[in-house]
Formats: sequence, structure tokens, C-alpha cells
Amino acid sequence: MTTETTARETLGAERLGMFLYQMMLIRRFEEKCGELYTKGKVRGFLHLYTGQEACAVGMMATLDEHDKIVTHYRDHGHALARGLDPNRVMAELCGKATGVSGGRGGSMHLYDVSKGFLGGYAIVAAHLPLAVGLGMAARMKKEDSLALCVFGDGSVGEGEFHESLNMSVLWKTPTIFFCENNLYGMGVPFKESLSTEIPKLAAAYNMPAVSVDGMDVLAVYEAMQKAVAHCRAGNGPYFIEAMTYRYRGHSMSDPELYRLKDEVDQYRKQDCIDRLKATMQTAGYLSEAQFHELTERVEQVVHDAAEFAENSPQPGLDTLFDHLTKEPAHG
Amino acid sequence: MSFEVTMPQMGADMTEGTIVKWLKSVGDNVNRGEMIAEIETDKANVELEAFESGTLLKVIAEEGEVVPVGEVIAVLGAANEATPEIDRKPPAVTPARREIEPEVKAASHAPAAAPAETTVSAVAEQPHAGGAPEDGRIRISPVARKIAGDAGFDYSNLQGTGPDGRILRRDVEAAIAKAPASSPATAAPRPATATASAPAGLSKMRQAIARRMAQSKASAPHYYLTLDIDMTAALEFRAQINANATDEQRVSINDLIVKACAIALERRPKFNAEFAESGLQMHDRVNVCIGIALDDGLIAPAVMDCQAKSLGRIAIETKDLVNRAKAGRLRADEYSDGTFTITNLGAYGVETLIGIINPPQAAILGVGSVMPKPIVKDNAVVIRQVMKVALSADHRVTDGAEGAGFIKEIQNLLEAPAALAL
Amino acid sequence: MVEMRMRDALREALREEMIRDETIFLMGEDIGAYGGSYAVTKGLLEEFGEERVIDTPIAESGIVGVGIGAAMGGLHPMVELMTINFSFLALDQIVNSAAKLHHMSNGQIHVPLVIRMASGGGSQLGATHSHSLEGLYAHFPGLKVVCPSSSADAKGLLKRAFRDQNTVIFIEHTANYTLKGEVPDDPDYLVEFGVANVLREGSDVTIVGYSGSVHQAMRAAEMLETQEEISAEVIDLRTLRPLDMDTVIASVKKTNRAVIVEDDWLFGGFGGELSAQIMERAFDWLDAPVARVSCKDVPLPYNRNLEFAALPSEEDVVEAVLRMFKE
Repeated sequence: MTTETTARETLGAERLGMFLYQMMLIRRFEEKCGELYTKGKVRGFLHLYTGQEACAVGMMATLDEHDKIVTHYRDHGHALARGLDPNRVMAELCGKATGVSGGRGGSMHLYDVSKGFLGGYAIVAAHLPLAVGLGMAARMKKEDSLALCVFGDGSVGEGEFHESLNMSVLWKTPTIFFCENNLYGMGVPFKESLSTEIPKLAAAYNMPAVSVDGMDVLAVYEAMQKAVAHCRAGNGPYFIEAMTYRYRGHSMSDPELYRLKDEVDQYRKQDCIDRLKATMQTAGYLSEAQFHELTERVEQVVHDAAEFAENSPQPGLDTLFDHLTKEPAHG
Repeated sequence: MSFEVTMPQMGADMTEGTIVKWLKSVGDNVNRGEMIAEIETDKANVELEAFESGTLLKVIAEEGEVVPVGEVIAVLGAANEATPEIDRKPPAVTPARREIEPEVKAASHAPAAAPAETTVSAVAEQPHAGGAPEDGRIRISPVARKIAGDAGFDYSNLQGTGPDGRILRRDVEAAIAKAPASSPATAAPRPATATASAPAGLSKMRQAIARRMAQSKASAPHYYLTLDIDMTAALEFRAQINANATDEQRVSINDLIVKACAIALERRPKFNAEFAESGLQMHDRVNVCIGIALDDGLIAPAVMDCQAKSLGRIAIETKDLVNRAKAGRLRADEYSDGTFTITNLGAYGVETLIGIINPPQAAILGVGSVMPKPIVKDNAVVIRQVMKVALSADHRVTDGAEGAGFIKEIQNLLEAPAALAL
Repeated sequence: MVEMRMRDALREALREEMIRDETIFLMGEDIGAYGGSYAVTKGLLEEFGEERVIDTPIAESGIVGVGIGAAMGGLHPMVELMTINFSFLALDQIVNSAAKLHHMSNGQIHVPLVIRMASGGGSQLGATHSHSLEGLYAHFPGLKVVCPSSSADAKGLLKRAFRDQNTVIFIEHTANYTLKGEVPDDPDYLVEFGVANVLREGSDVTIVGYSGSVHQAMRAAEMLETQEEISAEVIDLRTLRPLDMDTVIASVKKTNRAVIVEDDWLFGGFGGELSAQIMERAFDWLDAPVARVSCKDVPLPYNRNLEFAALPSEEDVVEAVLRMFKE
């Protein structure tokens, strides 16, 4: 566990505490989303991130404010880890005017340009080329920023995955391809839908690629640090596969016929929150009282977010045609 | 504090679920996140987790029950808490149809906001003020236009009842059905040809009316002039004449009009003419047709040689004509030799009647009821007996100014009726 | 004014805009050393260098996606897809990302991107290489769809496309590339979107076309004038989104008849949209049902005779007009 030791020492109690808080926040936020869904407050498709929190928190911790992020439709965790306002994220899920996308996006389409958070994308792999373009723009404009692209193991079968990796290497774009491998593309195990291993695909395009424990926030953080340094040095793209697991079904209506309860329980034993908590306690960074306080804080923030969303107005019907196209302001 | 457990929404299209199994019993402690029941949706079996910790106080929906989404199925609370009086509640509304949920608070555009971006959309044109078409084009539906065209019906003055005053099928059909009643046809029966092409269900008279009216509208471009005639003097004049008259001699208002027209037609013979491609054909005789309503249509036989007949003679002959028309004993020349027509719906309380010319004549006078009306006379409002007349004339024969002269002539004669006695 | 072919006018527009705006760069298949499949980008690699004229892999979806990302990142890219036939591979990127991001993000994101593609049949390229699907792109809210019919419009509209903050699908009919026309040399010459061009005034019938079909419309109008004494008004839509329906409706209210000419298929084609809008907005001004002269409902065959039989001709237009005047 040298990785853990190094990272633990570098980061210190305060930042680790922040990691823990963010993972707990995402966990509780997702539980609340599930509850609001069963009550009909959140509608449409809802994909919960529960179990994968270490990925979002570990990756976002390494980015600068100028960096750009595009992600997949299981995007609440990334949004919260990037610092989007939980109130406005929850309001978006409830379709309210105060939501980060004004109620026009919903769970799968969260945006906050002020945070460089350029969206959740609901078409598998559709955002991979966008991340190449974002990296390209940064390079051409001689900016120091990079583009982080988060996608699932289901993406690697798409043509755009291969097109994007290829072009990204050809044009040396500062793009980090972050594959959250939660083992299932909906209900199909990735091993049944891919003839090789994911990092090998990146390697085939001459892209540096690593595979890390995606349920260990410190491992994710370390890998991302290397990737960020690689991109910022102008060396082109970098590929990370993070092995992770979602505790919940693919979406709310998933009967989970494709996996056993046992498997879920096994992964819960490696839970990212429990592990960081233990690490911090061992290092003397976290008392029970402090943990309790974190729990209370998270409870309050999520409660407030749900209340904010509930009390927020619907978008007015007269705004229906807003933002079809961007036109110069009149007069 | 107790918490209601409701039938969960598990998927965007779920409307109801079945309780397959309760995983907890009443009195059991439940932790948040623990599974408490198994639910069957139409897609799959799913587990319902508790969103709060507590004791299961009450199970409302039994195993096997089908429960709509949102309905309370159980209650959680503190162990020592009394079981609350909660029974089945109506479920939260799950919009089955595309209904906009009422929401008082809705974030609209602030007044100061930039104007909404314009989008090109296919919306119906705004109706023009007053319903008048901007370029004089008449709004008429294709089917209405076709029906009118087939019937030779002129819809230019027809008021449509459709959106923006569009003339619809029903308008044209109603107008065509009504038109002959305002314009008599000379029902010259031609059984041999008429039956060959006759539409089923139409009497021969109706066929003749339809054919002749359509022909008139199709061939003779009509113009129309209307005028109010003060009949006060004419009524007094008639009363004087009728004071000592026998029943046979009694003069009707229509007789006065026939006489006035006869005089006017003599003075302005172009209205007693007919149009031919070779030129106008002027008639020496003034044979004034009178529209007579019958049970199955109408007929307009002529009072012959009115130029040579006194008012009393006209009155006598007209009564005879009406009786014979109703009895079906008209002479052939009375059918065919009319030179001008008067159509009078005064007895029906009609104010204005605009007739269709009885071909091949050059004009028709439509006559409405005599009605008491306030009019200004010598700078004072007085009540006078007023009758509206409308001249429909063939524009190929005369022009508007000539028509005005003619109708004024009739007005002068009726407003100073002494001349009618000659 | 300079006389030039449409391909040269397009190149002039690209040159001028690239000089004016440093954020503009070009990417596409064979647009560099090869000079572009239709020679539109010829010489631009030499002039602007490989940073701004980028040959891409053959990966339509990928390169459109890269264009979208670069646009989101603050540049104004132009992606050349060679032909509209290959754009199907990029349809998801165009429809789900380029067209929708501005709306879905509640106005936070916009995608200033020009996607150029050649279209049209008539060159015996067979069914897979002969599509005219301007109307397909016009179907999607959020896109702008431009289809010039002349050199001057090609230049003015392409320059205008780079002044837009949205994704512009710029479709060039292959038959128009070689057409010569007078083009203003003013570097600020722009043709506004959503302004149809009345190419020919007339009083008896309105013929509406766009892209390649404008030329069939014009020739038909001349035939009608000289052979039938029918005065036809010809309207070139120029852009399908935004669509200048007002000009079409005003014309139809004057002539009371409308014929739509397009290379698109009849069934579900853009002409159906035009026809419906004319019916909705000028119902009371019509003397005849709106006529559509379109590509026959078959994949375009390779054989020359069969292909010409499938595509709309000026004779078809004349015939459609004459049917309206028949008793």
C-alpha cells in the first residue's frame, strides 16, 4: 500500500477529510435521489452513482478550475465532486427552473459552464470526440487547460471510442480518457462484450494507459496526478481505467437479474468510504466525533438540496422556445 | 413522528405495483436503506428500501395487492408510537395524459429580459381586421367554391360563417337553396330533356329554377342598387282608392309598384330590354312579371302590356294571374314573354330583398316590407312608412348611373303617387 | 464584381474568413494536400499551414465530434464531410450534440461550427452517393441549414455562417460547383440567413426551389414564359433553417399557385413542409393544390437514363404548372 501511504502523507488530514466528505455527500445525495424518484419527484431515467464515488472525487481533486470536463449520463457524482451546487443539481433532477440546466436537461444532462463542467452525455461515447476537440482548442489557443473525459466500460465498443483515441494521439491533444469500469454495460458483463482488455485498446493507439483500483480514492488521485502532469507537459492524451462497482442497478427499473446479491456484498466490503475512513482513523486524522459531524453535515446539505428543489419554481411555459439558437442580443 | 411508505415509482413507465412479499413484520425495527418489501412491476421484481429508520407500525397493503404508484402501503415510526390513523389515500397524481401540472410558481421571463428569440413557425395568418380579405380575394373553401361554380352561384356577396368569414360548403348550399325564393324563375317545363339529366329527388319546377338561376348568375353580371322609398303618401293614396272599391278592384301595394315600374320602364326602355351578342333587343310591350311563391317553388308570370293598363286594371289582372298560377292555369306567353320582374317579400316582413335577374330580362326589382321608420324630414325626426327596394340589373345592358336614374324614377312615382292614377 | 465558379467563391469565403478570424480552422477528409474532394480548399493548406487546415482520418462521427468540442472550447471550426452521403455516420453528433447543447444547457453552451458537405444526384454515382437531404437537417430544431444556388450566395452565405454562433449545416449541390456567376469582392459581403431570394418576378405561379433545383425552376419559368405565356415567379429559399416563409406566402398570395421543386424524395421530403405551411397560411389564396416536383421515390440508379428519369427536370416543372391551368 505504498500508493496509499504516499498520497496520504502528501494530502494531509484536511484534504482527505474533504475527499471523505465529498464521497459521503455523493452517497447520501444519490440515496435521496432514489427516494425522490420512488416518490415521483425525480422522473425520467435515473442512474445512481452509489459505489463509484472514489472515481469522481479522486479525479476532480487533481484538476484546475480552467480544465474542461465531459462525462457520461451517470453524472451526479462528477457534478458534485467538481463543486456544482447540490441545491441546483437536485433542482435539475426535479426539473425546476433553478436547476443547473434550467430544468431542460434532467439527470443525464447536467451543465455548469462556470465550473468547466460541460455536460453529461446520454449517448454512449458521444462525448469522447468532444473531449478531443476541447483538448485541441486548448492546445491551439495555447492554454494550459486540459479536457477530462469520463465514460464507462460500455463505451469501448463504440466507433467513436476508437476514432477519438486515434485522433487524440495523432494531434497530441491534452485529453484524459477516464474509463469507469463498473463491469457491466447495463446488464452485460464487459468481458462478454470486449475481446481484449481496455487498457490494451489505448496502448494500441500508442496512448499511455493504466488500470487502477477505482474504489480507492487515493489510487485514483495518484493516477490522475500522473495523467494531468503528462497532459500539461504537452505529451498528448492519457488513459486511465478505474475498476469500480455500482451498488445500485443500471437505472431505477433494473431488476438486476444479471448478477448475484453476493457479488454486490463482496464489493460493498471494499467500499470507498469505509476504506478512506479507516485509513484516516489509522493515521489519526479522523475521530468518531468528527465522522459523526461529517455525517450530520452531509445529511443537512442533502436535506436542504431536496427542500430547495421542492420549493423551486417550474420553468415558465413562456420559456419553452428559449435557447433554440444563440442569436446576438437585439437593440 | 411517523413516515409513510408509498408504492414506489421504479422506472419511468411504472403506474402500479404488486406487493409480492413483506420482508418485515409489524413491530420489526428497520434501518434506512434496508429492504422492507418486494414489489412486482410489469417489468420485473424489485426491492423497496426504507428511506427512514424506525419501527414498522402498520402494513396497509397486503401481499398480493396491486397498488397504484404513490399510494401509502405501510407506516414507519417510533417503537412506542401509537399506530396512526392512516388508511388508503388517493395516489399522488401520475399524469396519464399530457397534462401540464398546475404550478403557481413558474419562472417566467422577467419583463426586462431580452426578447425571446424568434422562431419561424407555421402559424395561421392573423385574420384581417373586419374579416375583409386584404386583396379583395374572397375567402371560400375549395369545396364551397366548387359547389358554387357547379351551380353557377355568385358568392361574391355571401357572408361566410367559417373562420375569418370564410365561405364554407354549408354557406353556399344554404344560399343556393334560398336564392330562387328571392328571384323567380320562369318555370318553362321541358320534361323530355329535364328528366334525362335530372338529379334524383328534384321536382321539375325545382330543376327549372336551379337551371335558370344558375344561368342568370353565370351569364349576366349583376350590379345592385338599393333605395329607401317613403311610402306614406302611397299608402294614403291607396286607402283613398280602396275606400269605394269592390274586392276585385282593390289595389295592393304591389299593384302600385307594378304601375310605377311600368311607367318608369316606358321612360327608360333599356330596363325593358334584353342582351344579345348582336346587340340590345328592346321590347315594345311592358310585361311585368310578379314572383308568386308556390308550395314546391315559385313562378313569375307576367302581367301583359302594363304600359297600356290603368292601376285598377293591373289590380284586377294581377289577382286573376295569382289565382291561375296557383291553379296551374297560366298561358304560355305569361310564362315566356315577361320583360321585367318584381319580386316582393313584403308580406314576409323582409326588409331587403336582392333578386337574381330572371333571364333573359335586363333587371329585377326586389321589394321589402313597408315598415314605420324614423327619418329626418325638414330637420325633424318623423315616423314614416319606409320600403326598401333593390334593383339588380344586367351590367351588359345598363350601367350603375342608369340604374340609379331608373330606381329614382320609381321612387319619385311612389312618393308622389298621383301620377299612378293616370 | 468578379466572375467565378461556386467552388472558387466558397474558397474565397473561407480565405477571407480565416484571415478575419484566427479562431477559424478547417478539418476534414482530404482537404489539405489533396485540396478537397471538390477542390474547395485547394491552396489553403499552403496559405494557412497545417495547424489551421487539418487532414483527418476517415471518421465522420469523430471529426464532427472533435469540431463540436473545439467549438465548445472557443474556436470556430469548419468540418468538411466531403459529401452529405457520409454525414449519416456523423448524424448522432450533429443531431444529439451540435443541435441540442445550447438548449439542453439552458443557453450555457453554444456550438459555433460550420459543417460543409456536397449533395445531389445526377452524376451517375449510384444510390449511396447521390443524396439530397437538406430537408433532413432542416428537420432538427437548433440547426441552421444553408444551401446556396449561386456563386455570390455561396460566398455571402458561407461568410455569414462564420458569423453565426450556432452549428450551420452548409450544403453544396455538386451541380453548382462549376456554375459561374458574378461575386462581389467586398470582404464584408454577407448574405443574411432566412432571406429568400426572388430570382424572377411573375404573376401566375410561384415556383419555389433551393440548392440545385433552383436552376430547374428558372429554366421552367423561361419555358413557361415563351411557350405558354405563363408568368412564373421563382423563389430561391437559400436557407431552410431559418426559413423565409413570409416571402413565399406573399408570392403565393399574389400568384395563387405554388410549385415546389426539389431533389429530395417526394415522400416525407422538405417540399411537404413547404406545402403544409402554404396550406396553413395561404389557404384562401390558392387556386390549385400545391404541386411538388421531386425526386421519384427510388434510390437513384446508376444508369443515366434511369437516373434522369428519377430526378426532377424543368419539363416536370412545366407540366406541373400546366396541370394547374388546365380546365
